[in-house]
Amino acid sequence: MTVQIWTFIIVGLTFFLYIGVAIWARAGSTKEFYVAGGGVSPLANGMATAADWMSAASYLSMAGLISFMGYGGAQYLMGWTGGYVLLALLLAPYLRKFGKFTVPDFIGERYYSKTARLVALLCAILVSFTYVVGQMKGVGVAFARFLEVEFATGIFIGIAIVFFYAVLGGMKGITYTQVAQYCVLIFAFTVPAIFISLQMVGNPIPQLGFGGTMADGTYLLDKLNQLSTDLGFAEYTSMGMNDRINVFFITASLMLGTAGLPHVIVRFFTVPKVRDARKSAGYALLFIAILYTTAPAVATFARTNLIQTVSNKSYSEMPTWFKKWEESKLITFTDKNNDGRIQYVADKGKNELVIDRDIMVLANPEIANLPAWVIALVVAGGLAAALSTAAGLLLVIATSISHDLLKKNLMPNISEKGELTAARIAIAVAVVGAGLAGLNPPGFVAQVVALAFGLAASSFFPAIILGIFDKRMNKEGAIAGMIVGILFTAAYIWYFKPQLGGPGTPEGYWFGIKPEGIGVLGMLLNLVVSLVVSRMTSEPPQEIQELVEDIRIPRGAGAATGH
Amino acid sequence: MSNKDLNQYWKTNLKYLIILLSIWFTVSYGCGILFADALNGIKIGGFPLGFWFAQQGSIYVFVVLIFVYVNLMNKLDKKFDVDEK
Repeated sequence: MTVQIWTFIIVGLTFFLYIGVAIWARAGSTKEFYVAGGGVSPLANGMATAADWMSAASYLSMAGLISFMGYGGAQYLMGWTGGYVLLALLLAPYLRKFGKFTVPDFIGERYYSKTARLVALLCAILVSFTYVVGQMKGVGVAFARFLEVEFATGIFIGIAIVFFYAVLGGMKGITYTQVAQYCVLIFAFTVPAIFISLQMVGNPIPQLGFGGTMADGTYLLDKLNQLSTDLGFAEYTSMGMNDRINVFFITASLMLGTAGLPHVIVRFFTVPKVRDARKSAGYALLFIAILYTTAPAVATFARTNLIQTVSNKSYSEMPTWFKKWEESKLITFTDKNNDGRIQYVADKGKNELVIDRDIMVLANPEIANLPAWVIALVVAGGLAAALSTAAGLLLVIATSISHDLLKKNLMPNISEKGELTAARIAIAVAVVGAGLAGLNPPGFVAQVVALAFGLAASSFFPAIILGIFDKRMNKEGAIAGMIVGILFTAAYIWYFKPQLGGPGTPEGYWFGIKPEGIGVLGMLLNLVVSLVVSRMTSEPPQEIQELVEDIRIPRGAGAATGH
Repeated sequence: MSNKDLNQYWKTNLKYLIILLSIWFTVSYGCGILFADALNGIKIGGFPLGFWFAQQGSIYVFVVLIFVYVNLMNKLDKKFDVDEK
């Protein structure tokens, strides 16, 4: 059977699975719709959080990025996992004890201010929407390439699936579908990695395998370092071309951003108890770590395989995968010295081969000659990753509108049934809106994702932390901090991102920090401004100080309520 | 629960946080970034140590840290009788 037939079968089966789960887990109340009734077990919630968190970027792009960056890829590996330690230790248990539905809920109540709630609400929508557009685009691309349908048709299929289970089931449907999606995506990611690890170093565990020896007795990483330096690239395992200050700042910015992203935080409202919230963050990271520790192994295998397959080999003898990706222009070869061989070297003047980093995960099983069903499985995994993340983000947008905007601001007397209907309409509009935006993605989507992390790090993270750990923090301090943090970060990113129309050049970077890493400074600025302003203004009311004392102890955490 | 107990509970919690987050920082930013070059001189099997911390070790440590925290806090909650029934 061909790859295409296998893809139809496997993707079709997984979709039936998701729809079946969604029908089984319909939501009947706002509580079920927003926080899955607050009764999800920590283990299931951990899996759902992991699927929610790992997007098409983690699944499809990250290993490819690492294989071209070598050591420097660590900024994504540590940055996108380390934030969970902050979440588990500093945020999740307290927010669960607080027991409301959304992040703007917490900000609004803790800072006794509708203005604070609105600022938080706008940030939540902005951050989530920019993210979800990228996911929809990923869905379209995956369908288009492997089912050979139009890009637009691919997006419409994606919209239909997400629409179905998000509108029907809300958080409850989404959570249980994500559990299924996690299983699909982790299976699909690890199976090819195990095959390739066995092939290259004879070890079934990729995490150990990439530190193992090859058939000729040399260590794989030594071999890769040798191959890289021979071609003029930096050593794979050393700092090389990456500069330390940016690895440091980008890692920190991604960690703080992770801990401030609303669609991640809201996950910890869905478990029954405070101690479940702590444990659930641990499970989530454990499940994420399975993929994140496999990815660098995949990157090393893929890089070695790639160099050995193409470097200084005759163009006419290239395998079929090479030609296939060449057709889609994701691999290009120009024979500059007309010798019919491929020169893949660091020197740009002599290099003849350009490879799009995003194809590495999809191409890897083909490069390693794995059977067709494995390749189809990888596609199904990619779709699972994109769909699960999209659904989680859409829910945040919908709750922000129906709960924070309508119920808490515009129509306080809306009935439970009315609110549920509003939530369903909001999510339907959001799905279609995101799909249409994904159809014509603004060219700067990738740039805006960096903005999303920076904004989350510089706005939500300090406001929530201070809300818990600093009893004296008041609304003046928090609002001033959030506004200064966000404006500073957004302005820096805009100024130094030519894609967004900014005039800055890399020579002007403050302390050499790239825009992707500036969220850290924004966060520090927010902290300082909040502390200074709060100490110069009056302390928060007595009942708020009591609220803070109350969220610090686990006992008495009831179910999450909206009232 | 008296105010004095609450203070004691909170102080112990903060002490745990400081210890665990120091380990978190040392392993990821220390071993994985700031001292990665020096650690790369040491090899464990085929892995240069700094590279291993940056791409593997730090992630394992993160997972362990969370579960250690969960255990410490569950015990602390019981000791101060603030655990959930």
